[in-house]
Amino acid sequence: MSHLSELLRKIDTDRSNLIKALQAVQTDEGYISNAAIEAIAHHFTIATVEVEGVVSFYAQFKRVKPGKYKISVCDGTACHIKGASLVTGWLSEDLGIKDGQTDKEGLFSLETVACLGCCSLAPVISVNGKVFGNLDRKGLLKILKDYRKGGAA
Amino acid sequence: MKITRIKVGAGSCGIAAGATELLTFIRKEVKDIPIVEVGCVGHCYAEPLVEIETDGGPFFYERVQPKKEHLDRMLALKEEGRLVERKQRSGREMIKVLALAGRIDMTSIDEYIAHGGYTALKKALEMKPADIVAEVKASGLRGRGGGGFPTGTKWGFLAAKEAKEKVLICNADEGDPGAFMDRSLMESVPHQVLEGMLIGALATGATQLTIYCRAEYPLAIRNLKIAIDQIYERGLNKLGTRTVEFRLKEGAGAFVCGEETAMIHSLEGKRGTPRFRPPYPTDSGYKGYPTAINNVETFGNVPLILKEGAAAFASVGTQGSKGTKLFALAGDVKYPGLAEVPMGVTIGDIVYEVGGAERGSVKAVQIGGPSGGCIPADKFDAVVDYDSLKSLGAIMGSGGLIVIGQNRCMVETARYFLEFTARESCGKCTFCRIGTKRMLERLEKITHGKGNADDVAFLADLGPKVIKGSLCGLGQTAPNPVISTLRYFKHEYDAHTVHHKCPALQCNQLSDVAIHIDKCIKCGICVKTCAVKAISPEFVVDNAICTRCNSCIEVCPKKTISRVEKGTGHYGKSGGKS
Ligand SMILES: Cc1cc2nc3c(=O)[nH]c(=O)nc-3n(C[C@H](O)[C@H](O)[C@H](O)COP(=O)(O)O)c2cc1C
Ligand code: SF4
Ligand code: SF4
Ligand code: FES
Ligand code: FES
Repeated sequence: MSHLSELLRKIDTDRSNLIKALQAVQTDEGYISNAAIEAIAHHFTIATVEVEGVVSFYAQFKRVKPGKYKISVCDGTACHIKGASLVTGWLSEDLGIKDGQTDKEGLFSLETVACLGCCSLAPVISVNGKVFGNLDRKGLLKILKDYRKGGAA
Repeated sequence: MKITRIKVGAGSCGIAAGATELLTFIRKEVKDIPIVEVGCVGHCYAEPLVEIETDGGPFFYERVQPKKEHLDRMLALKEEGRLVERKQRSGREMIKVLALAGRIDMTSIDEYIAHGGYTALKKALEMKPADIVAEVKASGLRGRGGGGFPTGTKWGFLAAKEAKEKVLICNADEGDPGAFMDRSLMESVPHQVLEGMLIGALATGATQLTIYCRAEYPLAIRNLKIAIDQIYERGLNKLGTRTVEFRLKEGAGAFVCGEETAMIHSLEGKRGTPRFRPPYPTDSGYKGYPTAINNVETFGNVPLILKEGAAAFASVGTQGSKGTKLFALAGDVKYPGLAEVPMGVTIGDIVYEVGGAERGSVKAVQIGGPSGGCIPADKFDAVVDYDSLKSLGAIMGSGGLIVIGQNRCMVETARYFLEFTARESCGKCTFCRIGTKRMLERLEKITHGKGNADDVAFLADLGPKVIKGSLCGLGQTAPNPVISTLRYFKHEYDAHTVHHKCPALQCNQLSDVAIHIDKCIKCGICVKTCAVKAISPEFVVDNAICTRCNSCIEVCPKKTISRVEKGTGHYGKSGGKS
């Protein structure tokens, strides 16, 4: 808790900084917890439902803790055309989780996003922000294997 | 020839292709030549890209790997591995806005200045605001964010306002999923965009400069931050007697926030729902202040106009569309990447000459993303121009251009876009919220092979109603992908509804998987690969079990597994053996 307020202290209390505050908290904790919502509401002196309303509106904000490795499958147009749904299928198959879920070990979580801006390498995924492109099934499974071994290149 | 520098393409897609590892390698091996990180030169298919800069001109190398032999042949300026500049591409392109992209250090203001950067701002500082506005008007520049509104006119509106604070916003939300022009420009030459904004501030009297950037673009955000700090250091934000500051805000993953009034709400820390206009943002925008919003590429064009003059700028293009346009070319082309073409080239030029797609291999292009439409291959002589694209039922859009090959299903493509807009609808308008869902349901029904002629008629009927009944551009354009595929690819809808077939064999419920046994070498890889054990030891796929995941198709070394028409594959009796 004191950690949260520490983080928030650096942010101006003008309402226009609400999204920035949420982003700072999510970067730090990986998701937006109930405690965070309360702390943020307090910081901006607005109601918690106000904060919840904003959190639920934006796809970026997660209410559950993600895995150690956050896999984002791009389902932008270029990637969709190039087989993004197959990529999601292969990942789900291998990880045993669906879009929006985290595995039991808390190692991987899976989400679908729209366009990572590397469309020329479609289909692409990113793992904790690192982008992998021109994926086929083999390449994909190798990436998972490398991360399982404990962090990849 | 003397090598002066080594430039490594380290934009987002360069990094995704391995530029980081390459840089580490080159930095370790080469000590006596300066190594710099540059952005995107547009040939994204050839990443990782390296330019060896010499006193005799540049040498580009493609697909460079962190290997001694690759490095050696570059340092020896060998022919092998060089990026072959195809005449067809260079013949169609006109590099103006992107002139410095990928050619200068992404984070160096000195290099930008050495290449003529900030001379446009200097010129603007000596002009009267009204004259800047007049110059931009005379250039014919229209907004590159999709709407195509004349930039000079918009600036004129803001300039005419008397207010304590006036706000100029750069729309860097790049919401079209499948577009990356703005990302490339911001990463590669952030100063060009910021210079455009500073000139905009001079012209309009804006006191606040805000950039709303998509959070998925961390490198663009980093480079913009660096550039802004450099501007402050040099005092370039001093506009005569006043000083302006930049604010950089990150989006939070909502497509609708690309819409002006939604973006303003989002910047105010609220849910990003659009509101009815009027009042227009230029009358009452961010926190009630007069506000104008322009796209990244629009700002990127502004320094050019002041440097070369409105007349020279307007000498390129068509009657109603001046200058060049950036296109993010992706999908079924040989050379996906970023292209800059003069307005007035044909779609065919972009697809075949720049993109290198083979004639006959392409079915259509999708232009303008979820708000846009498709243009079938037999209409590829259409020219890039705001008005002529509209007459075809497509739009210029912001520059996303996805090439759709013969083996893709157009109904599925339309379904994809409706799924996107239905998800992204902010929910305020009933027609947008419910209408897109209803359309999506019917499209799903059709792609699942359960549709009939009524569903097609329903789509044709509801589409225009959603357009009419929606408040903002999202709902007003959401049906476009359906309407335009219905216009040009009605036969594909009919194939799904009347014959219950997907001609492209893409819709899972309308295709089977089969092994063509005569070419099979019985290696057994497919059997091992199939997660649901749908392939028998005799190498027959049981389509009652198969999930259509395509894994076996991908792994088969003889490429002898493929999708076939629904019903022509084998079906096990009990729904499974093993
Ligand atoms: C749903 C929706 C999404 C939009 N997304 C973007 C976007 O990502 N980038 C952009 O520049 N304009 C976008 N626009 C258009 C903007 O609302 C606005 O017209 C544009 O930023 C104005 O700048 P310009 O005149 O320089 O093009 C979007 C519009 C709508 C309705
Ligand atoms: S498509 Fe997938 S489920 Fe079907 S046989 Fe091949 S691997 Fe198995
Ligand atoms: S992978 Fe291909 S070649 Fe090998 S057994 Fe299967 S169908 Fe035959
Ligand atoms: S569509 Fe996937 S990176 Fe753009
Ligand atoms: S050339 Fe690398 S991002 Fe385009």
